[in-house]
Amino acid sequence: MSFISKPKVGHPALQRNELGLWQRDYEGTISTLCAGCGHDSISAALIQTFFELSIEPYRVAKTSGIGCSSKTPAYFLSQSHAFNSVHGRMPSVTMGANAANSSMIFVGISGDGDSLSIGMGQFCHAIRRNLNMAYIIENNGVYGLTKGQFSASADIGSTAKKGEVNNQKPIDAALTAINQGAGYVARGFSGDKEQLVPLLKGALRHKGMALVDIISPCVTFNDHEGSTKSYAHTREHYHQLEQTDFVPPAEEITVSSEGRELTPVRLHDGSHILLRNVEKDYDPRDQAGAFAYLKNCQLRGEIPTGLLFIDENSIDFHERNNTIETPLIDLDHEDICPGADVLAEMLGRYR
Amino acid sequence: MGPVDTKNPDYYHKVVDCQWACPAHTDVPGYIRLIAQGRFDDAYMLNRESNVFPGILGRVCDRPCEPACRRVRIEEKPVAICRLKRVAADLRNDISDRLPKAPKQKNGKKIALIGAGCASLTVANDLLPMGYEVVIFEKFDTTGGLMRTNIPVFRLPPKVLDEEIDMIVDMGADLRLGHEITSMKDLLEENFDAVFVGSGAPRGRNLDVPGRYDSDRIYIGIDWLESVAFEHTDSIGENVVIVGGGNTAMDCCRTSLRLGGKRVMVTARKPRHLLKASDWELEDAEEEQIELLLNHAPLRMIIEDGKLTGMEFAIVEWHEDENGRLQSTELDRVILPCDDVILAVGQENAFSFMERDIGIEFDQWDVPVVDPVTFQSTREGVFFGGDAAFGPKNIIWAVAHGHEVAISIHKYCHGEDMTERLPDKVTMESTKMGMHEWSYSNDYDEGSRRLVPHVSLKERFKKLNIEVELGFTAEQAIAEVERCLNCDIQTEFEAKRCIECDACIDICPVDCLTMTEDGPEEELRTRLNAPSTNMEQALYVSEALPQTGRAMVKDEDLCVHCGLCAERCPTAAWDMQKSLISIPLAVDQPVCQKKRRNA
Ligand SMILES: Cc1ncc(C[n+]2csc(CCOP(=O)(O)OP(=O)(O)O)c2C)c(N)n1
Ligand code: SF4
Ligand SMILES: [Mg+2]
Repeated sequence: MSFISKPKVGHPALQRNELGLWQRDYEGTISTLCAGCGHDSISAALIQTFFELSIEPYRVAKTSGIGCSSKTPAYFLSQSHAFNSVHGRMPSVTMGANAANSSMIFVGISGDGDSLSIGMGQFCHAIRRNLNMAYIIENNGVYGLTKGQFSASADIGSTAKKGEVNNQKPIDAALTAINQGAGYVARGFSGDKEQLVPLLKGALRHKGMALVDIISPCVTFNDHEGSTKSYAHTREHYHQLEQTDFVPPAEEITVSSEGRELTPVRLHDGSHILLRNVEKDYDPRDQAGAFAYLKNCQLRGEIPTGLLFIDENSIDFHERNNTIETPLIDLDHEDICPGADVLAEMLGRYR
Repeated sequence: MGPVDTKNPDYYHKVVDCQWACPAHTDVPGYIRLIAQGRFDDAYMLNRESNVFPGILGRVCDRPCEPACRRVRIEEKPVAICRLKRVAADLRNDISDRLPKAPKQKNGKKIALIGAGCASLTVANDLLPMGYEVVIFEKFDTTGGLMRTNIPVFRLPPKVLDEEIDMIVDMGADLRLGHEITSMKDLLEENFDAVFVGSGAPRGRNLDVPGRYDSDRIYIGIDWLESVAFEHTDSIGENVVIVGGGNTAMDCCRTSLRLGGKRVMVTARKPRHLLKASDWELEDAEEEQIELLLNHAPLRMIIEDGKLTGMEFAIVEWHEDENGRLQSTELDRVILPCDDVILAVGQENAFSFMERDIGIEFDQWDVPVVDPVTFQSTREGVFFGGDAAFGPKNIIWAVAHGHEVAISIHKYCHGEDMTERLPDKVTMESTKMGMHEWSYSNDYDEGSRRLVPHVSLKERFKKLNIEVELGFTAEQAIAEVERCLNCDIQTEFEAKRCIECDACIDICPVDCLTMTEDGPEEELRTRLNAPSTNMEQALYVSEALPQTGRAMVKDEDLCVHCGLCAERCPTAAWDMQKSLISIPLAVDQPVCQKKRRNA
């Protein structure tokens, strides 16, 4: 851990965003994670994402569970709201906050351990309810914080640092999410911000559950030769399905002259994700096709990345349940707590 | 642009902007760090190695290092390098036992130095410890040349001058004061092995306007300063007009104030940003309520009944013509009433003592033809340096010349090729002390430049010799040194260790790192994480990285040397290493003792 904080100087030629803020205004405290941890690059990608989308930090709620990954909300957007919950419980805390105030921007940070073991139930149900949030899994194949035990995302045959071989089948977070009906499922790599940042932007702009599974190597416990989540292995088996660009609402979509097929995917707020297909026959709007394709990749040991699936007609929790738009905090006391008579009347309905 | 070779001594030297900009290449970060540690003697000695006159230069150096300081590019003001140098000189103890000494056994070579100014003294400083016999001829009865005659005592006290000059002379120079060389030919007939001309640029330029010769109260700036220095002049009228916008003009106006001037006006033909005077000299003059009259082009002296009563100027406006050259148009005319006029419009060399048929060639402007590397004239064994060589520059340039001349003389006297000089050298040493600990203060200090305390405006005019600047205290110096960005602690990168995790890229506060495909420099500069706006600053490009074949690219422009890239690097591909640049002096040059020149 560094003893000094990141100097408060910046490149004088850098631009401010629409709010007049510098990218530096979106940082958090200096990281206490191991030097080289993929999670830190994801924090940096999030900083860039929020900065470029000109989101006011105070409108953001960061939630997390337990793990090195779950510590990362401290390392970006220090001027936003945050809740570091118990292991595996990030989804339910987010659910509560989101139910009370749907006007905020929710970003949940979790790990493969946090979401795919102890939190697996919460993970699936948050998808099922279609919570409007960006759900980020910083996936390193191990429990980093507790010194590198295999997590549920570890591949068969991959080895731990000391040599034990994993022989249990992995849970693939993205496949699970597609299967559960999440409306936005993407996979990225901490070492490729060019792809990751547009995917994160899309996740924040999608209305409903947006899962981003990010391969994020644990340099300390899972960056060795037998690992399938190391920097080197990921780079070797990286399989980019499409090149991704994010186009904000007001901007016109220009089709490049490269001649490659270009698919604009419309997001709820009028922005677009522009996909330049690398894999010719891949259509991220076809749930069954995507599932089958990804399953095959998994069997071949490939790591497909990009926007894996999108449901442009996703209906989120609030819409489906016809809830009130006003955040509860802005309602008058009488509206939230209409009194004993109303309560008695409501209870009467169940008699 | 391919991998950059950081073993090339110039690469890291250029990163140390101050050291690179200093003509004598003083190891600035090195000595100011010593100052912060309270090691004033060590700081002084390190300084003296390259610039010879730390106490003098710590007061009056033209400080090319400061505009070059990286801090200027990060915030506004450079580190107060010059004033820190003075701290080392002011607060040091007796260092006489650490000074170089001349050996008893001489090497049999005898060198003549003309002028006892900074150039000659530097040559003497380098040659005396090597066993040379050195004779210094000086026309005045004092040493120091223009340092003594032209820099007013309230900026440079004689005590400081004497002390540092004595350090050299006391090594055993044969100093002949009051001995003017009137014939170069005669001198060359004496048995010197080499002759060095360090006689400066002692002639002030004239300004031939009507009335110029009709009064005895119109002076040439440097002559007037000289007569003040020698106490031949001790008063001036109440209204003084100085013509010229350079540093001499600043010295003249401030001196006038101390000799009775009440309304002192400095007139300059050009607008402020084109004045030759250093910013700080202008500031110091303005602090003393000098009237600075810009865009004033001199027309004539007003003489009434044989008495100077004023000077007329055209007030002009400047604009660029189609060739980009500045042209002026006259807007108005004005008469400035005054009792005295001082002309400070430049200086030139003067070689009246030099016959033109002795093999020393002069060019069309009557400037001697001097080799820019060896400083030898067209006559073998005759060398020029300081202002005498390439026209008026400043003290630190003269010192730099002196070192080079000493090398040439040494080689020449041993019959060796003077163009074969030792190259500069760089040695690297890691500063790593622990996991995230370095042997230098890596944290960025936000503090702004500390102001040097001055004697109050009430006090300072009471006597001519009250030194205006008081100098930093040790505590102020420590605070100021913290502002240094440690440009000599380099980010040394080893490509084969890199796992491309992005940690360094993410942490860098000034976004100076990028991992990207190599390419031609100009094009590569367009692909960096932060705009590359300063073409003068180098790009570092690594060898191909193991995993993706990309290169690590660093724009040296704004790096604050905080070491965070190295702290966040999991594989120690980055390390913070001190680069020590060694610039060879005469004593470092190996010569073959047997191969004597057949004279
Ligand atoms: C209820 C509970 N059970 C177990 C733990 C121990 N524990 C702490 S972190 C962790 C796993 C974290 O793994 P992951 O979410 O992948 O995070 P990483 O550190 O790998 O980023 C476990 C099991 C705990 N803190 N709380
Ligand atoms: S243990 Fe692994 S996951 Fe945790 S901070 Fe270190 S590198 Fe990152
Ligand atoms: Mg994990």
